[in-house]
Amino acid sequence: MQFILFLSEAIIPVLLFVIVGAGLLRRQQVYEDFLDGAKSGVRTVVEIMPTLVGLMVAVGVLRASGFLDFVSGLLGNLMAGTQFPSELVPIAIVKMFSSSAATGLLLDLYKECGTDSFVGQAASIMLSSTETIFYTMSVYFMSVKVKKTRYTLVGALFATLVGIIASVMVARIAF
Amino acid sequence: MNYLWGGMIVVGVIYAALTGNLGAVTNQALVSAKEAISLCITMAGAMAFWVGIMRIAERAGMVERIAQRMGGILGFLFPSVPTKSAARTHIATNFVANVLGLGWAATPAGLLAMKELKKLDAQSGRASDAMCDFLILNISSLQLIPVNIIAYRSQYGSVCPAAIVGPAILATLISTGAAVLFIKIRHLVMRKNRKY
Repeated sequence: MQFILFLSEAIIPVLLFVIVGAGLLRRQQVYEDFLDGAKSGVRTVVEIMPTLVGLMVAVGVLRASGFLDFVSGLLGNLMAGTQFPSELVPIAIVKMFSSSAATGLLLDLYKECGTDSFVGQAASIMLSSTETIFYTMSVYFMSVKVKKTRYTLVGALFATLVGIIASVMVARIAF
Repeated sequence: MNYLWGGMIVVGVIYAALTGNLGAVTNQALVSAKEAISLCITMAGAMAFWVGIMRIAERAGMVERIAQRMGGILGFLFPSVPTKSAARTHIATNFVANVLGLGWAATPAGLLAMKELKKLDAQSGRASDAMCDFLILNISSLQLIPVNIIAYRSQYGSVCPAAIVGPAILATLISTGAAVLFIKIRHLVMRKNRKY
């Protein structure tokens, strides 16, 4: 644990040192190379900017219309018979679209049920073990102008669903 | 993606009209658009920095060497990506950055990986097998220590904010395991289909 935290702190400075150092030793034009790469990095972001605006606007519209709440309510009722806590349904669904919106819901849940309540713990684990499917897919695929995403969505939904179920089960065992 | 996006907008507007939330939709649409641009500006800094550093590493021949050394696990997950391809290094960097929770370094490496994967399979507009597999693994969540969640928990008065670390690692391993399973089963099915 401590070691991993240290590693995430130190790895970037060490990499910087090693890469730039190796370039200098080879008498490379490191600064020119850096600028060359930086230019192409900025260009990539500019290219995906419209995608991001489009996606975030669509998610915003869907969220503000109340439709996501409606679907989560519906699913929550469906899940009432199962072992899955209905308070977690909205978070699980919203997290697939938007990380910041899911964080907002998580903080609401903390306020209502308490951070150390079962749902508080389960929701924390869930958000740690899932990713924003639609955001990641659009940014990555649009950056290389891929339209046909084939089986990516099925696989990603499968992994996410397993992650959601696993986090509730793990929370039950742990707390 | 086309119908998904269109559907989200159409359904959102119809539902908002039925429930009287049209004003909120207008506001949120503009706020979201603004958020997207400010996210891009943050991302542009990280991208420029990271891709710049990686360009130095590339010219020094480090990228190719690392790609060759990462053989084992990447060959298992991405059999269609040649050993020498720079895609391997960028995939590995993306995974390592994700595991360590360095999201800002993961995205640039991931986008570089997609570019290299596209070079390997130039069918325009169609995702290659390796691209699909890479994204599925990426989305399965690789982060080991959820630093931001721990921070929120302590901010909201948790007695033991880090109590979720162990369980979260376990849940992440399970979801990533599911992704690996999905990919490997699909490889097997594909190989069978090719034989007959």
